[in-house]
Order: sequence, then structure tokens, then C-alpha cells
Amino acid sequence: MRTAFWLAGATVLALAQPVMAADSIKIGFVSTFSGPTAVIGNDMRNSFELALDHMGRKIGGLPVEVIYEDDQQKPDVGKQKTEKLVQSDKVDFIVGYIWSNVLLASLKTAVDSKTFLISANAGPSQLAGELCSPYVFSTSWQNDQTPQAMGLYMNQKGVKSVFLIGPNYAAGKDMLAGVKSTFKGQVVGEEYTVWPSQLDFSAELSKARASKAEAIFVFYPGAAGVQFLNQYVQAGIKQQIPLYTAFTIDELSLPLQKENALGVPGAQEWVNDLPNEENKRFVADYRKKYPNLRPTFYGAQSYDAAQLINSAVVAVKGDTSKKDAMKAEMEKANFKSVRGPFKYGNNHIPIQNFYLQDVVKDADGQLSLKTVATIVKDSQDNFHDKCPMK
Amino acid sequence: MLLVVEQFLNGLQFGLLLFLLAAGLTLVFGIMDFVNLAHGSLYMMGAYFAATFVMWTGNFIIGVLLALGATLLLGIVLEFAALRHLYGRDHLDHVLATFGLILFFNDAVRLIWGPAGLTLPLPAWLTVPIAIMPGVYYPAYRLAIIVVALAVALMLYLVVMRTRVGMLIRAGASNREMIGALGVNIKLLYTLVFGLGAALAGLAGLMQAPILTVQIGMGENILILAFVIIVIGGIGSIRGAFLAAIFVGMIDTLGRAFLPDLLRQMLSSTAASTAAPALSSMLIYLLMAMVLVVRPEGLFPASRR
Amino acid sequence: MTASLNARNVTAALVAAGLLLLPLYTSASGNVFALTLFTRIVIFALAAVSLNLIMGYGGMMSFGHAAYLGIGGYAVGILAQEGVGSALIQWPMALAASALFALAVGALSLRTRGVYFIMITLAFAQMAYYVASGLARYGGDDGLTIYKRSDFGGLIDLSSRVQFYYLCLGCLFGGIYLVWRIVNSRFGMVVQGLRSNEQRMQAIGFPANRYRLVCFVIAGTMCGLAGALLANNTDFISPATMYWTRSGDLMVMVILGGMGSLFGPVIGTIAFLVLEEFLSQVTEYWALIMGPLLLLIVLFGRGGIDGLLGRLRRG
Repeated sequence: MRTAFWLAGATVLALAQPVMAADSIKIGFVSTFSGPTAVIGNDMRNSFELALDHMGRKIGGLPVEVIYEDDQQKPDVGKQKTEKLVQSDKVDFIVGYIWSNVLLASLKTAVDSKTFLISANAGPSQLAGELCSPYVFSTSWQNDQTPQAMGLYMNQKGVKSVFLIGPNYAAGKDMLAGVKSTFKGQVVGEEYTVWPSQLDFSAELSKARASKAEAIFVFYPGAAGVQFLNQYVQAGIKQQIPLYTAFTIDELSLPLQKENALGVPGAQEWVNDLPNEENKRFVADYRKKYPNLRPTFYGAQSYDAAQLINSAVVAVKGDTSKKDAMKAEMEKANFKSVRGPFKYGNNHIPIQNFYLQDVVKDADGQLSLKTVATIVKDSQDNFHDKCPMK
Repeated sequence: MLLVVEQFLNGLQFGLLLFLLAAGLTLVFGIMDFVNLAHGSLYMMGAYFAATFVMWTGNFIIGVLLALGATLLLGIVLEFAALRHLYGRDHLDHVLATFGLILFFNDAVRLIWGPAGLTLPLPAWLTVPIAIMPGVYYPAYRLAIIVVALAVALMLYLVVMRTRVGMLIRAGASNREMIGALGVNIKLLYTLVFGLGAALAGLAGLMQAPILTVQIGMGENILILAFVIIVIGGIGSIRGAFLAAIFVGMIDTLGRAFLPDLLRQMLSSTAASTAAPALSSMLIYLLMAMVLVVRPEGLFPASRR
Repeated sequence: MTASLNARNVTAALVAAGLLLLPLYTSASGNVFALTLFTRIVIFALAAVSLNLIMGYGGMMSFGHAAYLGIGGYAVGILAQEGVGSALIQWPMALAASALFALAVGALSLRTRGVYFIMITLAFAQMAYYVASGLARYGGDDGLTIYKRSDFGGLIDLSSRVQFYYLCLGCLFGGIYLVWRIVNSRFGMVVQGLRSNEQRMQAIGFPANRYRLVCFVIAGTMCGLAGALLANNTDFISPATMYWTRSGDLMVMVILGGMGSLFGPVIGTIAFLVLEEFLSQVTEYWALIMGPLLLLIVLFGRGGIDGLLGRLRRG
């Protein structure tokens, strides 16, 4: 018990560090650093750190301090960590958020305290529509956009009917809605699975096969994507019905998916081989700094988030109390994104291109992702007119 | 019609897998009266061992056998070092202690193998789909799970019902004090049973591994299902666990497969898509509650006091 | 219950005083987060105290206690979503809903004993969890953000951190007082008697399950209050609040603090949540330390922290 008391005391002291004067830029970073999806969080952290390296560890001439917090992929924990960053650490920016439900739970805390929040991945439809805020920016997309691109591609391929499978949470519902909004053929089936606990998709795959659809579309981020592909191949459906994906195959899942992923197309706003200079530098330096790892779109979005923050702080010469000026600067998207063309809509969601990516064997016989075509240019989300901001 | 056959097989395969996990749990629970929440961690360790050994040896069968041995050993060590001191204590002490073990194993795995998870690749002869009926294809590996699990169930039945050790196990399940008083080396028996339970959990984990990935926390959700099964079946009863496992596997799979369509007939399409996954996950618990309300000690109570 | 000066009572008094004075410290140091953390702790302590009533005193090991946290929370959240902001409607609804659920669960579950009871309470909690996941209108799996805290008509302002903290603390102390009164009443004696020897009590003529059921409903209602507080504290409610791991956490808090001790659950909750917060700041691998620590407490410290304190005087 004495130990517990001592620990209690120590915690209170640890929490009670005096608030530093504004001679540094404080950034809170909320992502998943434990559990099976921690690889995503790690990639985001790696890319963010790399961006800071590229800026000489200084933003607008001030040293940067980043506090990383683990949301454990749980909305209530993410909310609690956001509160800690806002109230205890008094950060200037909060970045991160992989999961739509975690972001939605945390949003109010950041907005109420007028702390800038930059979503480096999650893009629930509410964020683009009625819940848009002057203090919230995205360096990713609105959830529907990527599958919309995939729907367009399926039209181009002349697919007549599709079977949709996705997880039953905010992003899953957005994704399937996205495909349906652009796909012109018939949707013969739609299945939602329990997220994140259901990992056996045998029942859904059997139904997809029985439906005789011409194509299957899925959205399974992280480890679930590995399992889905495994089971899709084992059931022999790969030879029967082609698969179209969004956020299911990326550089993190590919080493686990291996040959199973060969030839399975996906839509993405960033691919590692995009030919612009910033991207070449990002990818090359990432692979130098973290040998054996490859950056993902999660990382690219985090890298852009750091650049966005940098542009805002530089514009106000380090005086982070000038929130309006920072907001105005960020709306201009005055930085060179690793994905090429990038500008903001009225709701602070990017207007950008979406590319078709494919899995191929590269020169050294390794599996990698490759840009095949641009599916859609300057795509803007469908919810921007629900956002009251002009 | 073909779909129904396929879904039945899916349910059977899932149920048999659950049986492997539940069998060890019900043995340990029935004989030592020990609530082992860390059973799911042993399931996870089995999968991690298998993924590692298969990679080292490059041979699926050898790797799997090594992994089984390793899980058995881990179970014995665990029992010997910590858990045997908890027999006879309150159930809640077991819960707290083994909850601690779950935390420990999860982070130990993260430290050793990293957070990303592993894959257990299958040899080529197991990855092909097999035509079980004209037009009905089923993954060879899932068929293999069904065969192996049925074989293990048969073996367990023979061991428990036909051998001396099995007799002691049954005696232990119905009256612990008595077989101790009769001069049976109860400590050894306990260690043995715990090791067996661990190996069964490990087997379940490594068989599931090629279908799912090998990842941290993989044992926790399935553990609750295993508890549901042993409670429905009656604690300590292998036969009860077997029947309840198949039943739960079927209900879960068939519920997921056919409930959404059924709901769509009654509700709007969007409401049905949201409600169906929730409702089909609920079925198992509904089943357990109903069984317990009608039969407060499960379907096949092993001991009648 | 003589208030002698032993390690247990001194600790209880110290913790109570510490909790009372905490806002002074946080306003002096400007560290708001400590208050946020402890508000959470106090709310969970109330839930643990209610669980202790049935688990520690009544011998009913409920593995589904988190369900009431969720039900209390959803009562507040759903009403807020539908535009009913007044606490005078929200909170009684939260309590009534929890009581009703406890009544139904208790009536069915109390037919079973021991592990079967543990599992059937778990089953009902899981059902509640899945029902909440299916509420598409109220966020489904993703949960529901509560944009406005319960309104006490100017009496108490829940968005003031200090006022909210004291409200929670008041509820906690009220809960402890209630448990103390129950335990020392004739009713409480019967329930405790049922735990130690059910047959004897029944032979004397007490209807065992009716007594148990009343106790079960009181505990559920109290936990529903904790749920209403929790929803207001996080401005958010999701099915995850009632997932079985949360019920497990509550059990661990109670056992860690010491079952069947009035103040034990409070100490257990503080120890568990503070350790978690502290260790997770020190190392990413906090569970690697926390896990074996729990095992050691069970192996060497029977009766939780409270049991340790009780032995302190002797050795």
C-alpha cells in the first residue's frame, strides 16, 4: 500500500509539471501504438518524425516537442488522451487519429478548447459535413472519396454487379456508401461484420460466391485485410470473382499478404512511386532512416500534417496565439504535398487526385505497390455543402 | 441449397475449433476447480510458437509439432511456478491472478515478436479448394481442421473413458478430496491435466492461425466463447463441451449468414445492416442465458453433489 | 464498526481527505488533468463500491456489472440526443432503467450459483452491449457524443470541473454511506448470512432469493448512477463502456482493494487506475509490470490491499 501511495504521489507530481512558456511548439499526437494495429501508429510516428528531421527539428524557428499518446483503438481512451493533451500538456496542435470512431469521440474536446486538430487519417462524413470546424483540418480524405474512386474504376472496367463486404463501424459504413454512390451496376449483396472482433469471414465469402456477383468490393484496414485476403484465396474465390479494395492492401499489410495480393487493385490518394520531388525525398529518406520499412499512405498523410503545421506557424512567426491567422494560412494549403496537387475545400477536407494502385513484383523480386493510372482528378467530397463554413 | 451446405461446414469447423479450446478449459475447471482466464493466452502462444517454428524449420508439420510441445511445456511451467499455489483459493483470486497473466503475455509477445503480428503460411497442398460435392468447393485447410479436431475429440474420449488416467480425471471431476484420500498423486495429475489443457489450447490457436493472422490479444474474444461453451455444456463434461461447441459454432455462423436477410424482410435495409451483426453476435449469449435459466448447471453437469 | 486507530481506518481517512482536498491542489498548481483523472477514478470507485455490495457482502459474483454503467450512460446520452437536457429527467431515468435491468437480470440469474452465476450475468451484459451496438440512431458501435451535459437548472454547473468533481465525490460518499447502512441493517445481516450459509438461513425461514434480488437491484441502480456520471464526464457513451473487459476491470478493482471491506474498493480503484496511468507514462510495456504485480498480490496478499493493511498492525 505504501508503494501505491508513493506511486500515487509520483503520478500527481509527474502530471503537475509546470506549464512551459510559449518558447516551443507543442504537438500532441494521438494514434494507436498498442495492439495489432500499432504498426499503423508506428508508421505515422516514423513519418512525422522524419518530417521534423527535414525541418531541422524546428518549426517557425522554435523547437518542437511532440507528445505521443496511445488511443488503444478505443473511442473512450482516445477521448481521454485528447483531454490530457489539451488540459495538461496545453498543446498547440493535435495530430493523428486513425479511426473514425476515435476521432468523433475526441472532436468536441479539441474544438471546445479551440486547439487545432489535424486528422492524418480518419475522415468520417460528419467531419466533412455538419461537424466541420474552423479548428479542424484533414490531410487525408473524407471516407467516401476513396471507394467512390474505386466505384468509378469498376464502371470503367465494365463490371455489372458487385457484392460489398465491410466492417460495421463509421468508416465501414461510409466506405460502402461511397462505392454505391458512384458504381452504376447492381449491388447484389451487402454484408457488415463485427468490428474489430470478427476475423473469420467464411460466412460472408460463401454468400458472395453464392450471389454470382461479377466482383467483390471490400474495406478491411490493418490486420483484418490480411485475414480477409487469406480466406478469399483459400476458399478459391480468387479464381472465380475478382476483388476490388479500398484501404485493404498497403505497405504494412503486403508483407503479410504476400502473393495473395498480386493483381488485386486498390484506390488511393498516395502511392509510394508518385513522381514528384517531395515524394521521392520522403520515400527515399524514410527507407534510409528506417531500414526494412516502407512508408504507407498513413505515413504520407502524417508527413503532410507536419508540413501543414509548419506553414501555419511560419506564417505567424511562431506566435501561436494568432489562431485566425494560422487558420487562414492553413486554408491556403501553402506547402508541397507528397501526393502532388492538394488544396482545401470550404470544410478543410483536401481536394485531390485518386490513383489506381496494383500489386506487382518489383525489380528485386519484392512485392510492391505501383501507380497504374489516375482514376479521378481534383475529387471533392459530397458533404462539403452541408458544412456551414464558407 | 449449396450455400446452406457450405455454411453448415463453416459452422462445424468453427464449432470444432471452439471445442479444442473449451476441452482444455473444462478439464482444468472441472478437475482443479480453477478458473483460468489465461487459457486464451496459451491459445495465442500456440499460434506464435507455430509461426516461429515453421519459419525456422521450413516444414509445416515439424513446426506444428514443436509448437505443440512448447505450449505443453509452457503450461506445465506456468502451473508449477505459479498457478498450483492458487488451487483451493477463491475463484475471484483465480480471476485476478490469471487476468494479470493475460496482461503479461500480451506485452511479453509484443516485446519479443513486435506488434505487427505474424503469418503462418500453409504448405501448398492445403491451400487448394476441394470439391466436396459437384459445384461445392470448400477450402482444404478448413476440411483438415474438421478432421484433426474430430480425431482429437475421439482420442480425448478414449483417454477419458477407457484409460486409468482418464478414470482418475473423471474421479477428480466428481470428487476431488476423495481421490486425494485414496492415495492418488494428485499434484502430478493436476500438472498433467493442466499441460494437456495448454496443449489443446495451443493446438486450437495454431490451427486457427493460417486462417486468421497470429496477433496479440487473439485469445481474448474467443476465450469468452469457450467459457460460454463449458457453461452451456456443464463444467467438467467433455461430452457437454463437445455438443455445446458444435451448437455454438453453428448458431454463430448460421446466424451471421442468414439473419441479415431475414431482418431485411422486416426492417429497412440500412437498419437491418446495422442491427444484424449485433443481433447475430447476441444469439450465443441468448442461448446461454436460456440454457442456464432452464438448467442452472448446464446441459450435462459432471458432478452431482 | 468501532473507529479504532488502525492502519485501515487511517488509510481510509487519509484517502478521503486527499480526495476532498484535491481541487485545492489542482487550482494551486494549475494542473487540470489531475482533476480530470480523479473525477474518472471517483466515478469508477462508485461503480466498484456498488459491485462490492453484491460481490463482497452478498457473495454474488457479477461479471456483467459494466452493463449498468452503459445503461445509465445511454439513458443520459439518448435523452440528450432527443433534446431532453434536464438532469431531473435524465438521472431518474438512468436509475430507473438500471434498476429495471437489474431486476430482470437478477430474477433470472439468481437461479444459478457460483461460476454459472458469473457467466449468466456476463451473458446479459453482453446482450446489452450488442443491443447498444445495434442502435443505429444513437451511433451504433461508434458511440454517441453528448454535446450538452445534464442541466441542473442553475443549481450545479456540470461543465465546471470542480463542481462536477464534488458532485461525483458526493455521490461516492453517499454510496459508501448507503452500503454501510445496508450492511449493518437487519436486511444486510440476512444477505451476509446467505453468503456464509444459505441452507441455515433458509431453514430459519428467510426467502433467500428475494433478499438477494433486492440487494442486486440496489447495486445495479447505484452503478447506473455511476454510468450517468461517467457519460457526463466523458461527454461520450459507447457500447465499449459495457464490454466484458470493463466488467473485468471493475472486478479487479474490487478484489485488488479488498472484497467485503467498506472502503477497500475505493482504494482498489485508485491503485488500479493510477498504476495504469503512471506505468503507461513510464513505459509502453506497462502491462509487463502490472500483470505480474496482480499475480503477486493474489499469491502473497490475501484479501487485497485492505487485507494487507489489516495485517500491517500485527506484523
